[in-house]
Amino acid sequence: MLNYIWSLLVITSLVFSFTTGSIDKVCDVITSGAQRAVTLSLSLLGLMCFWSGIIEIAREGGLISFFESAISPLTNKLFPSVSEKSEAMRAITMNICANLLGMGNAATPLGIKAMHLLDEKNSFSESASDEMCMFVIINTASIQLIPTTMISLRSLAGSSAPQEICIPVWITSAAALFIGILSAKILERRRKI
Amino acid sequence: MNFSVYIIPIFIFAALAGALLHKKNVFDTFLRGGKDGIQTAVKIFPSLLALIVAIEMFTTSGALDALTALLAKPCALMHIPKEVFPVSLMRTVSGSGAMAMFNDVLSSHGPDSFIGRCASVVMGGSETTFYTLAVYFAATNVKKTRHCVPAALLADLTVAVVGCAVCRVFFGA
Repeated sequence: MLNYIWSLLVITSLVFSFTTGSIDKVCDVITSGAQRAVTLSLSLLGLMCFWSGIIEIAREGGLISFFESAISPLTNKLFPSVSEKSEAMRAITMNICANLLGMGNAATPLGIKAMHLLDEKNSFSESASDEMCMFVIINTASIQLIPTTMISLRSLAGSSAPQEICIPVWITSAAALFIGILSAKILERRRKI
Repeated sequence: MNFSVYIIPIFIFAALAGALLHKKNVFDTFLRGGKDGIQTAVKIFPSLLALIVAIEMFTTSGALDALTALLAKPCALMHIPKEVFPVSLMRTVSGSGAMAMFNDVLSSHGPDSFIGRCASVVMGGSETTFYTLAVYFAATNVKKTRHCVPAALLADLTVAVVGCAVCRVFFGA
């Protein structure tokens, strides 16, 4: 799929840049985009190193097992074939907790680790497993308890009640999460290709 | 209100306190975890670069604008304001791009207008879908993502439709 998405993005961009005469801008973006990827990867490198270290400490000290037992009824339902005490389940649990608490910087490295472990469990197959799809779909939905970034942007723009969007946001993301999980459960039954 | 500032320090404190109480060597443990983290970060670099460049090309070339124009009719049918839909579409590919558009909407319509509220809810209720897909699958050997993209996009569409509907109920149009 990424094969097609990537080709589609690049080819459409090139075709459009010819027709709209923005070729030079698109070429500039190759340079600036590559630079941005480096900056992002470098900050990700530092963050991943830090958070993986802290998580390892949290694991040794037993903090992780505390979180695990708190949300295990949910995660066991969503990932039936990942065993409860496995390292993959631990990473999944921590990623979900970090997302809920709005710790995006910690959630991404944990999510990447979880994907890596799920890939191993899937014996590095070219086709994603049901668990990998479910996990990614949960992560493409927003499950943050407090939309802090939006609240601060709204208050910067002079809103009289910047936090009034909280409840609508909860309803909206719950609906989206429900639809995402439901369609994943329905679509995963189709023949695995 | 802003208790989220305390979450990270409390988490780090609890992690350290727990490990020290169990008489673990905290520093060695940190290093062991940290090395793991670096390896993963290095591994995902090429795919991350490929996708970031492609997404930026798509936005700059005007292809995203054309796609938005093409989808103007269907979004009217779903009662999504035409000012909000581009934000929602941009949100799936680029977090910073969507943030820029969102700020634009806030300053031109005001954060307490119907359109401003719809845009806020859409932004708060969704994630940068393609970025997440790219970063997460980059850590694996997966070539076929199966139903991931359709399911994630369906969830994004739900955000746009439900978000604007909820705003209409909560704040009135």
